[in-house]
Amino acid sequence: MSNQPFEPNPYLPEYLQKLEVERHEQALALSRRTFIKLTGLAGGGLVLAMSMGPGARRALAQTKAPSAEVTLNPYIQIRPDNTIVLYAKNPEVGQGVKTSLPMIVAEELDADWSKVEVRQAVIDAKLYGPQVAGGSTSTPTNWDPLRKAGATARAMLVAAAAKTWNVPAAEITTENNVVRHAKTNRSATYGELAELAATMPVPDAATLQLKPRSSYRLLGKRITGVDNTKIVTGQPLFGIDYRVPGMLFATFTKAPAIGAQVKSANLDEIKKLRGVKDAFIVGQKGDHIAFSPGAPALGSGVAILASSTWSAMQAKKQLKITWDETDASSDSWTDFKAQAKAFAAKPAAAQVLGQAGDVDGAFAGGKTLDAMYTYHYVSHADLEPQNTTAWFKGDSIEIWTPSQTPQAAVDAVAALLGLPKDKVTLHQLRGGGGFGRRLANDAVCEAAAISKQAGGIPVKVQWMREDDMTFDYYRPGGFHSFKASVDKAGKLAAWQGHFITVSRDGKAPMTAANIAPTEFPANVLANQRMLQSLISSRVPTGPWRAPGSNAIAFAVQSFLHECAVAGKRDHLEFLLEVMGEPRFTVADNLRALHTGRAANVIKTVAERAGWGREMPKGSALGLAFHFSHAGHFAEVAEVSVDADKKVRVHKVWVVADIGQVVNLSGAENQCQGSVVDAVSTAMGLKITFEKGRVEQTNFDKYPLVRIDKAPEVDVHFVESSYPPTGCGEPAFPPAAPAIANAIFTATGQRVRTLPFSTEGYTL
Amino acid sequence: MLSLNVNGKTLEVGEDLDPKTPLLWVLRDTLGLVGTKYGCGVGQCSACTVHLNGVAIQSCQVPAESAVGQRITTIEGLSAPGATLTAVQQAWVEEDVPQCGYCQAGQIMRATALLARLPKPTDAEIDNDMAANICRCGTYTRIRKAIHSAAAKIAKTGGAS
Repeated sequence: MSNQPFEPNPYLPEYLQKLEVERHEQALALSRRTFIKLTGLAGGGLVLAMSMGPGARRALAQTKAPSAEVTLNPYIQIRPDNTIVLYAKNPEVGQGVKTSLPMIVAEELDADWSKVEVRQAVIDAKLYGPQVAGGSTSTPTNWDPLRKAGATARAMLVAAAAKTWNVPAAEITTENNVVRHAKTNRSATYGELAELAATMPVPDAATLQLKPRSSYRLLGKRITGVDNTKIVTGQPLFGIDYRVPGMLFATFTKAPAIGAQVKSANLDEIKKLRGVKDAFIVGQKGDHIAFSPGAPALGSGVAILASSTWSAMQAKKQLKITWDETDASSDSWTDFKAQAKAFAAKPAAAQVLGQAGDVDGAFAGGKTLDAMYTYHYVSHADLEPQNTTAWFKGDSIEIWTPSQTPQAAVDAVAALLGLPKDKVTLHQLRGGGGFGRRLANDAVCEAAAISKQAGGIPVKVQWMREDDMTFDYYRPGGFHSFKASVDKAGKLAAWQGHFITVSRDGKAPMTAANIAPTEFPANVLANQRMLQSLISSRVPTGPWRAPGSNAIAFAVQSFLHECAVAGKRDHLEFLLEVMGEPRFTVADNLRALHTGRAANVIKTVAERAGWGREMPKGSALGLAFHFSHAGHFAEVAEVSVDADKKVRVHKVWVVADIGQVVNLSGAENQCQGSVVDAVSTAMGLKITFEKGRVEQTNFDKYPLVRIDKAPEVDVHFVESSYPPTGCGEPAFPPAAPAIANAIFTATGQRVRTLPFSTEGYTL
Repeated sequence: MLSLNVNGKTLEVGEDLDPKTPLLWVLRDTLGLVGTKYGCGVGQCSACTVHLNGVAIQSCQVPAESAVGQRITTIEGLSAPGATLTAVQQAWVEEDVPQCGYCQAGQIMRATALLARLPKPTDAEIDNDMAANICRCGTYTRIRKAIHSAAAKIAKTGGAS
């Protein structure tokens, strides 16, 4: 492992970056010690039953394990009937970790998957370390700790058998919940050995034998989601499904112009409506514009509590609120576009984020081209609108929510209500989509504040779709102006990116609105410069699937294609040339772009898609590559365009290097879904605002793609000896530029705006 | 007081209930059948799909009073708890269709009604019906595959699902 300071993913919010760095430092510390007991938080969250403190014991008791279940460690319980309970530590929002993380434990435990029941773990940092669904980090950060959790329990089962049979542990083998000693032809089930195993000494981490990949029985296989039977039979699983006896259903109405405050409202009229039990004004607390999962985020608004969701929603429509707009946003997308145009005309006035080589010399000596790309704001549009159930009980509070950052939610609520953190109990529920929206805990803060203000009544705050679309931490819109030089041989000689983005304070970009100075291709070119200009804005922004990358890849990979065309080069050959010699772009960093891995996926996708084949008139293939979240992804889109600019995306080929694949079915599903999401977003999705007010309020104005317009998606994972990386995000970024590049090849027209519908191209 | 026939049972729903309440909210809040989901409330996403006399409808658009005297089937009524899953439900599990899973009850209800009408649908016929339902996670490739697989299962067992 390198001694260099660890660089976290530059596009993640500070909260997740901190966790990435902490995790890296823990791993580093662990690898430097030769003789370690797996105690405390060593290894990033593995605590063994033997060393649990009273707090951890209490937390584990919340799982209400019947006494018959033997706890070997916080991830594993074994029952006398030889079935196993595995605990899934991280929030499940559709990315598949409730299945894939326990698979890692089961592999090293040599568990029989058909005898495994998976349960959601309690939210407790002492037991599990960071519990987060974000940044495609669940798999890479838990890979080692979960393998060790499985291997530790397996070693204790083996030790129990060795003691019982009085044979050497080294002669004992395990398979599918059974321990065997071949020489004496003896065997016992895990269920039979569990009680004794729990009394065995916890093995040192250094002595643990982790399996070589060649002997994996489970990892890399197709495993169906552990909640699938409940999902297909409609069992309660999601945040919106949760109920507490005596609970009221609440809506919360905030200002149409971001930042406005309630002056007064027709509360007396509202309280008389059918089903309404209470209505009151809630004051602003904390900062709900800044994306900050662990801090109070409560906007000013009106709460209506009713006996049913429908009554609360109907009453919401009757609300008449007078707003104080003194501090309200008056942001206008039309104005942002005008500002960006002015900035793009004056690159010399921009801030220089980074540069190398002789950019101006190269510009003077070769053929130059320039272009400006635009991308709109987009909403997360989780299909399950934001919601939280909260029950304030005087000196404590209980919360049921599908947060992607449950530990931060506890911090936020504790600060909001002035409670100690250990008086905030959060129950993790399944989220109906996440995509980064549920990293923010604004709905959690609302429910907590409303339950308290209502006098300790349990309350479910349910956002309407209109609330969800107009109060988001949006994928920021922005602009990217480029200049490049292509030499006589058609080689990319110099590159300048001028990133024009939004800032709240005029000093730094808002969350997920930044670009890394080393963003590709700056990290592989000799002559390059990265510039930045800032537009003042108060529209909330936050991480949205593949933050940063989701728009940057469109601009960069499209303009690279423009360079290839300018140099009269085949795009595939040009892209491989830009990658150059196989090397890490950050020395010794396994999670950095490796140009050889990039070239491998680019070549493989070209082969699978039949790059270079004859295409009918109006049809073409388009290519793009993007590296994000430590994943190398190349994609080819087959597209046809008619005279009316009607586009059909027939098929998209995805080739990825994500290291060891954990759950093949889950990983493939994420890639298929990411491509469909990218087709939606590239073709038709945008959020605009004028006078600080968002203009799209429901799906009728936000055309998510449907089955009839969704492409076929072919997914292939290359054989890779690297450790696994996350798969929820990195398949998204290359799809839009692949489609745009195909549209150019089919029509000769370059699309430079996301979504393409802005330029008249529709599905 | 409304009398609704839900999943084969006749249920009386509350006196204080507004009879114009969409069926969706009566199912979820009054009857506790939360498998049927709220997504948009304006008839765009079809997460709220249930069967009315075997036909797939958006329950957020149907006032409860107009469902009186009709046969309502929800996702909870497709197969009894603990009993064998229907061919469509089985196919959904086998093909590992869900990601977040939130829209899937609605997708399954529409696919079930489709197969009852067209036992061996073409891709175009699948598109025609299923385009009513949004899957934000983009599981369409697998939904299509699962419908074909369920159709084959039903054909094999002679129509019993």
